[in-house]
Amino acid sequence: MNWIDIGHIDDVPLRGARLVKTSAGCIAVFRTGKDEVFAASDTCPHKGGPLSEGIVHGQKVTCPLHNMVFDLNTGAAQGADEGQIPTYPVRLDGGRILLDGDALANRSAA
Amino acid sequence: MQKLVVIGAGMATGRALEHLLDTAPGAYDITLFNAEPRGNYNRIMLSPVLSGEKSYEEIVTHDADWYEENGITCRFGEKVVSIDRERKVVVGEQGEVAYDKLIFGTGSSPFIIPVPGHDLPGVVAYRDLEDTNAMIEAAGKPGARAVVIGGGLLGLEAAAGLRLRGMEVTVLHLMGHLMERQLDEAAGYLLKKDLESRGIEVRLEAATNEISGDGKVERVLLEDGTVLDADIVVMSVGIRPAIGLAKDAGLDCGRALKVDAQMQTSDPDIYALGECVEFDGNVFGLVAPLYDQAKVLAKTLAGEADAFVMKQLSTKLKVTGCDLFSAGDFAGGEGREDIVYRDPARGIYKRLVIEDDQLIGAVMYGDTADGNWFFGLIKDGTDISEMRETLIFGPAYQGGAAADPLSAVAALPPDAEICGCNGVCKGDITAAIEGGATDLGAIRAQTKASASCGTCTGLVEQVLSVALGDDFVMPTAQPVCGCTDLTHEDVRRLIKARELKSQPAVWQELGWTTPNGCHVCRPAVNFYLLADWPLEYRDDPQSRFVNERNHANIQKDGTYSVMPRMWGGMTDANELRAIADAADKYGATVKVTGGQRIDLLGVKKEDLPAIWADLNGAGMVSGHAYTKGLRTVKTCVGKDWCRFGTQDSTGLGIALEKRLWGSWTPHKVKLGVSGCPRNCAEATCKDIGIVCVDSGYQIGVGGAAGMDVKEVERLVDVKTEEEAIEWVVAFVQLYREHAKYLDRAYKWLGKVGLEWVQEVLADDAERAALVERFDLSQSVYQTDPWAERAEPEAARRFQPLADLTLEAAE
Repeated sequence: MNWIDIGHIDDVPLRGARLVKTSAGCIAVFRTGKDEVFAASDTCPHKGGPLSEGIVHGQKVTCPLHNMVFDLNTGAAQGADEGQIPTYPVRLDGGRILLDGDALANRSAA
Repeated sequence: MQKLVVIGAGMATGRALEHLLDTAPGAYDITLFNAEPRGNYNRIMLSPVLSGEKSYEEIVTHDADWYEENGITCRFGEKVVSIDRERKVVVGEQGEVAYDKLIFGTGSSPFIIPVPGHDLPGVVAYRDLEDTNAMIEAAGKPGARAVVIGGGLLGLEAAAGLRLRGMEVTVLHLMGHLMERQLDEAAGYLLKKDLESRGIEVRLEAATNEISGDGKVERVLLEDGTVLDADIVVMSVGIRPAIGLAKDAGLDCGRALKVDAQMQTSDPDIYALGECVEFDGNVFGLVAPLYDQAKVLAKTLAGEADAFVMKQLSTKLKVTGCDLFSAGDFAGGEGREDIVYRDPARGIYKRLVIEDDQLIGAVMYGDTADGNWFFGLIKDGTDISEMRETLIFGPAYQGGAAADPLSAVAALPPDAEICGCNGVCKGDITAAIEGGATDLGAIRAQTKASASCGTCTGLVEQVLSVALGDDFVMPTAQPVCGCTDLTHEDVRRLIKARELKSQPAVWQELGWTTPNGCHVCRPAVNFYLLADWPLEYRDDPQSRFVNERNHANIQKDGTYSVMPRMWGGMTDANELRAIADAADKYGATVKVTGGQRIDLLGVKKEDLPAIWADLNGAGMVSGHAYTKGLRTVKTCVGKDWCRFGTQDSTGLGIALEKRLWGSWTPHKVKLGVSGCPRNCAEATCKDIGIVCVDSGYQIGVGGAAGMDVKEVERLVDVKTEEEAIEWVVAFVQLYREHAKYLDRAYKWLGKVGLEWVQEVLADDAERAALVERFDLSQSVYQTDPWAERAEPEAARRFQPLADLTLEAAE
């Protein structure tokens, strides 16, 4: 693990998300109503909608373009939809959001 | 006899001495230092002392006689200055004492936020009897006001105690819900409501900027500019271990004084326990683990083997009448499941968190009788898979058969109350059914059951179902979404009737099955709340679709379109120049729209605040081309130019747009004003369309030219421009207050009927009241969202949180 500090949790709106640009593509960092953080690909596999602009509810996000819903734990599409977004290890340390750089490197190398 | 010196006469050391005197009486010659001028009392009972439910004498655990009987030398009111480990002596203010074994029980100090004025007289912590007495004294003054900073366990106990003593109390809490470390959002909400019903004001997300006053506390200033008068300020924002003495003595410290499982510090002759210690990375604030430590330490000192282990903790709030309980870990997460029980009418909420067939956390509010049973299951790691179905009902229900809701209703006696609002019993309803009632409407008409707040509707239907069997078909009204069984109409009605003014209030009181809704219900509830409570509730951007959150229209490639307002379709060379410059600068495509404005397409999200600032600079504001709100007012040139024009249609259009812009509505609202029946502004297919005639103004409503094409229906004919504006504003407000979210005006009219709308609006007083309510809402919402978001602090949010593309790849 190679934890990279990408910002403070207060920089991400409650029940919202922010974008992080990486060499593996754009990643959305989500903050749930309970102050949990998740990181996943920003790109919806359906039509490429920016998931960081979606409505965050529970531990899920809804794509802003066509309402596909993804579980932030697993990255799996919910309900009748099929699809999967990559998720990335992320953790909180005293309010700082840390993203695993190794997971990003593996993704960009793959 | 070995010499034992104890620093600090608190609850942990008090308990340790008791155990030690039990297990090894006479083994030690004991000296006890305490900075407070008294011995050990039960500190967690200060709250009942504050509230007047107990006296200080009642909470003393060791009085002077006890110390004397046990031969303990007391040095109370004397601070320890230093420890000399070489010579093994403790240096007190009044002289030295030698030790063979030394115990640190120095506890913790309250954390004081270093805002200006924190050192004024009248600012107290809530840790000891002195603080408590200061608070009791302040409460003695008639009409005195207290501000409690910190909505945690202690702060709330302080607030409740001060309130019981007759003070006006305000609690400031930095987080989004009270006691966030012990409670989830739903329970925190119930607690807040409970406290408010006791007359305690609770302000969440409230940050203190300054405490001020002339020689003593007089007021508290918040970050949002609020000023609160205060005769006393209680700071209860946390504690920090008191380890100055230990550090000076060179003992190994981290966050607190480090000890091993035998409570031994880095010096083998020095031990520590209580709030001043750190064990395995943990520090302590609740009393239960402290008592465990006391037991271990006493055994260690008596030469017996024992080891301290961390255990699960539970919390109860000591405020009479507020029943809450929490234990274990109740955060949601992968592999964790929630069982939730809510009974809003009785103010009961229970949530169990389960992982791998074990109960790992419990939060309860209102009914905590089973708390200890659940706590036992958590501590023991009991496999609960067998009793899972009835687990939440507690130990009394284990081993019983699974309950069928209908059989439960069938089993109710005739005098069981079904409708609490109107006092209707099951017997009244069955009598009505025997008299021929076969549906909900008939029951409502005959008994008034479920005719007020509506929460018993389901029960009434179950009674019908039990009585009529297959003859009764449960109605299938479309619920808002999977999060609730209520319809949009139910939700709107209940928000008004029960005065629900926040999202948690809706989720909790209306029994939502999800923690904070979904993309379907949350935007709707957000709108209903802001429409009904413009001053109490604020629009929540995170409950808005992307366009309304970013104040621009997202396009299929993720770029945005930007459309400034052109009042009534009028513009000038300066505005056009600014638009042209912006198009060049941000590489936008320019499109003239059907709403008589100009659209700039293909703008990147990062550029939005900058392009807005540029357009603001030329005097333009957001055109709200992206909202469920007022879009445009399309006009023709009117009598100023047109040879057929009968009235100043452009002027009226501009006046309407200036009155209505910025308002949120259930769906988009488009207006048109034509200067004559030739109708060049196509006003007759708008949500609201005005056609000017020689004798005045014909106002039509409910038009559309989208998926459905509808011609407006005539609402009213009026003579003057003022009347036309008044009717239009009143109509928009009626639509805002009653329509289902995402129903265009014509769909709403199809449900309520034009006649009803005409009847309501024809009443002069009602019309004036609607206009007044609209204007009140506009006093909050008629602001340019672009200007707000072009400010540097807000603009930052439009940039990526971080850019890691420059990080060197391995």
